[in-house]
Amino acid sequence: MNVLSAERLSIAFGGVRAVDGVSFEVAPGIVFSIIGPNGAGKTTLFNLISGICPPDDGRVRLCGKDVTALPPEQLARRGLSRTFQNPQIFSHLTVIANVMIGRHRHEATGIVADLLHLPAVGRQNRRTREAAAEALARVGLEDMAEWPAGGLAYGDLKRLEIARALASEPTVLLLDEPAAGCNAVETREIEDIIRGFAGDGITVVLVEHDMRLVMNVSDHIHVLANGRTLAEGGAAEVRSNPAVIEAYLGVRGAREAAGAVG
Amino acid sequence: MSVRALRDRFRLLQRHRLFSLVPLAAIVLLLPLLFPSAYYYRIAALVFIFAIAALGLNLLMGFAGQVSLGHAGFMGVGAYAVAIGPTHLGIPPFFSFVLGAMLSALVAFVVGRPILRLKGHYLAVATLGLGVLLAIVFSNEANWTGGPDGMTVPRLTLLNWSLRGADTWYWILAVSFLVSAVLALNLIDSPTGRALRAIHDSEIAARVLGVDVAQKKLMIFVVSAVYASVAGSYLALLNGYITPEVSGFLRSIELVAMVVLGGMGSVVGSLVGSAVLVILPQALTLFRDYEHMVLGLIVMSVMIFLRGGIVPRLAAALGGRRK
Repeated sequence: MNVLSAERLSIAFGGVRAVDGVSFEVAPGIVFSIIGPNGAGKTTLFNLISGICPPDDGRVRLCGKDVTALPPEQLARRGLSRTFQNPQIFSHLTVIANVMIGRHRHEATGIVADLLHLPAVGRQNRRTREAAAEALARVGLEDMAEWPAGGLAYGDLKRLEIARALASEPTVLLLDEPAAGCNAVETREIEDIIRGFAGDGITVVLVEHDMRLVMNVSDHIHVLANGRTLAEGGAAEVRSNPAVIEAYLGVRGAREAAGAVG
Repeated sequence: MSVRALRDRFRLLQRHRLFSLVPLAAIVLLLPLLFPSAYYYRIAALVFIFAIAALGLNLLMGFAGQVSLGHAGFMGVGAYAVAIGPTHLGIPPFFSFVLGAMLSALVAFVVGRPILRLKGHYLAVATLGLGVLLAIVFSNEANWTGGPDGMTVPRLTLLNWSLRGADTWYWILAVSFLVSAVLALNLIDSPTGRALRAIHDSEIAARVLGVDVAQKKLMIFVVSAVYASVAGSYLALLNGYITPEVSGFLRSIELVAMVVLGGMGSVVGSLVGSAVLVILPQALTLFRDYEHMVLGLIVMSVMIFLRGGIVPRLAAALGGRRK
């Protein structure tokens, strides 16, 4: 069964049909990439899937269940997590405290137990901290655990956000441009992290502009242009699709590129 | 044991959730040694009362990042509960105290649901409205509350022992404050506390990690209302008299000032902020007509030179481990 599926998702902002009847199916444990030129509707599509804004039309299914327009916190509890293009970090908290929030959906909370700090709360705090430390180690930030998160470099913030999502042990993880603004070394690190997800059985849906990263990690690529599906398939298939090349480079650019290769 | 090992031990202790209690308990125990008269006990008792209210508000403002300009309204609910309960309804003071806290929680729960959806300035204005509304009820329902002139509050009696004397109140309020501090410190180091601090920094990130933002905000609003209500009840019982001023707009602003002055998100800061705003007006009476001017100047200077609040700034300066 597919872990995530979108059926004819659509939304319009004013007269602009930002996402227009997009459908896809994501098989478990794969890296599914959504690419397309700027303004193609990739981030909007993410917002529809992750409950940030409800679609005008269409359905989202998570593990077969209809989750269309559920708020993000309920999607998170059902195992769908995401990161943001501009890292949304809890900047006043330490690095490890950020990741501990990722464990929230697995924690038992009760206001009375928390106020009285019953023994169970203390035990749970320790387990949460251990799990968070593990997630930090996965992205290579373990040495910065006690730093204030607001003081991290941009590339580290990106990895921190991934660690936080990882700590929530999602079934599906939406990564919105995880390598944006990262240098080549940082991009390689993120590539390794994404590859590692498959080993944990986490299904990744990736939006990314760095084509090398996309081609290296993707099992399946979905191409958007002007809010519509343009092409779909494996990396090699999409790369050689003339419509895709044209969408990225324009008609003239595509002809030039073809000339350069040939 | 070497100096270094001792220092490491201390570091570890410092990390403990309840470490802030060490300075707080020291203050509570040592202060009476400095008190030459009952008057000082009374002032200290007032400081603890406002510190309880400020601490509750600090949970809302400093941790969850939500402002309330109407918290004195809940102090009013608590204060009038211990006045009206025994006088008009024959409910013993102690039960009235608890009922007041429950009523405050109920009001906060019902009103909080719609208004906590608002953000920033809009939330500030909505809570301001709530405070004004409660204050008007207290001054208009003269049959119950005595109107603007206020009403007397029967003494708190426990097993035929009537509570009086400033030093008795000092100890009761000191312990009450320490208990509220322990509860607040417990909450901060719990899933709820972490979720609240996350909401403060990024609601959307908290939501995608499964934090039910609306529910957490409502919960902490209710908790902070109960803190204010308890403080209001104590204030009424200590003074033996209550007027609608207890729930007035200026009181609400004063509570916010205590939180910000002492330090947002600092438990010790709530006590310091309360101490500054309760003691300074007493100390400044020697400036006579210029009293309020000097108070205003001091508050402004603290905010300019100790931005972030007195306690966090001093702690950072002493610790010397600021980023």
